[in-house]
Amino acid sequence: MKHIEAKNVNVYYGENHVLKDIDLTIKENTVTAFIGPSGCGKSTFLRTLNRMNDYIDTFRKKGKIFIEGKDIYDKKVRVEELRRKVGMVFQKPNPFPKSIFENVAYGLKIHGISNKMEINETVEKSLKQAALWNEVKDKLDKPALSLSGGQQQRLCIARTLAVKPSIILMDEPASALDPISTAKIEELIQELKEKYTIVIVTHNMQQAARISDRTAFFYMGELVEYDKTSVLFTNPSNKQTENYITGRFG
Amino acid sequence: MKRSGEVIIEKVLALSGIITILTTLGIIWVLISESAGFFADIPLTDFLFDTEWTPLFAEKHYGILPLLSGTFLTTLIAISTALPMGIIIAVYLSEYADKRFRRTVKPMLEILAAVPTVVYGFFALTVVTPFLQQFIPSLGSFNALSAGLVMGIMIIPVISSLSEDALYAVPKSLREASYGMGATKFQTSFKVVVPAASSGILVSVILGIARAIGETMVVAIAAGQQPNLTLDPRQTVETITAYIVQVSLGDVQHGSLEYKTVFAAGITLFVFTFLLNNVSFWIKKKYQEKYE
Repeated sequence: MKHIEAKNVNVYYGENHVLKDIDLTIKENTVTAFIGPSGCGKSTFLRTLNRMNDYIDTFRKKGKIFIEGKDIYDKKVRVEELRRKVGMVFQKPNPFPKSIFENVAYGLKIHGISNKMEINETVEKSLKQAALWNEVKDKLDKPALSLSGGQQQRLCIARTLAVKPSIILMDEPASALDPISTAKIEELIQELKEKYTIVIVTHNMQQAARISDRTAFFYMGELVEYDKTSVLFTNPSNKQTENYITGRFG
Repeated sequence: MKRSGEVIIEKVLALSGIITILTTLGIIWVLISESAGFFADIPLTDFLFDTEWTPLFAEKHYGILPLLSGTFLTTLIAISTALPMGIIIAVYLSEYADKRFRRTVKPMLEILAAVPTVVYGFFALTVVTPFLQQFIPSLGSFNALSAGLVMGIMIIPVISSLSEDALYAVPKSLREASYGMGATKFQTSFKVVVPAASSGILVSVILGIARAIGETMVVAIAAGQQPNLTLDPRQTVETITAYIVQVSLGDVQHGSLEYKTVFAAGITLFVFTFLLNNVSFWIKKKYQEKYE
């Protein structure tokens, strides 16, 4: 099933044309990696999928993006509901300066859930899903900032899972982490894909090759090539893609 | 060898620093030595527990409580006015207002702090009190309520400006995390940004309280000069500062016990503001450690 569908998407920051005619479809329960050199527009595109760019004054968009068949930029869409469905994990772990428990419970509370039992259960379940439960179950009331960087990032993933999204956007989620923490996050992504559709921006091509089902290569605001990861990395049809993945530029 | 000009500049700079420190030490010394004279005549227990303060009357009592209650009451009213207003203004400027509006309005708010306090005093006495009397007929012409309210308006900039700095310093990534989970701007502002800036806001509130406790002209003009052990905001009260003004301007004989009461009151005031400043300094330090 098509989960995300972009049709002829163009994005401008003021005069700057940062995304050009992007057409792309993402299937349910897959991991899709966006790769490309800095400034190629991959993060911008990721952020148009949950309307995070709405906060940039000069942002303009043309074309349409459908999630589960609905135009997400339609006037009737409540952006809060959209973001509940399309969760996001950021480059640098950004837990709130609250306790571990409160971090995960935050999303539930803002969506009006006040039943303590339900909150407790969801917090536990989300932490288990994010493979963090065993490390934190005895110190849920400790500040989230006391955790290591890798644990903080898994906490941020747990926090996102708690509001029950169907899509998770990840903006270079492991780029600020050490190799062991990175491996844990990658392993986690593999597990999460059974229930969620995952879109991940990464600078690390080995990472894209390891974890994704499909890969999209962006360059200078254009979607140069989009294919199965195994095909794109072994037999790219575009010269630019080949140059990038073989390390000739980027 | 250093050039001689540089040596002179170094000395001048060091001297300015030393003069400031010496002045502070001098003030503390005068406060302690003069109030020591007071406490030689009046037992500390009378000072702390007597419920009347009448050093200028025939029947003399030296209980600081009525002055403390006056200070406490006006400060409480001031901070209850300034805290909600200050924080709402700070949140609006930091989270909602566009950049240009913020750049224009913030300095304008700070002008509130530049109005001479005597003007605030007369504003309380001649505008606010008559206005409030329309709704509260039992309000005296000198009362704690008007003085406290106006003092609250006066310290809004202290709270709003410092709180706004603290809110603005909260990393953008925390706001994004909150929006990313589907939070509204209002939820993000009050459930994430304000708590994250809480130590900075607390510092602003403590400095506001210190300012209110030490404030003199507004309360001397609008709250009256009648020591009164009460927490009724409609009544006339006298604060520690107002009492000091009253005696300093009066014809009390230099060196007399009445004269020394000023220093006893002064040292009480000093202890409070000193403690508050230290608490705010301590919070600030702890807060910086957390975010660096």
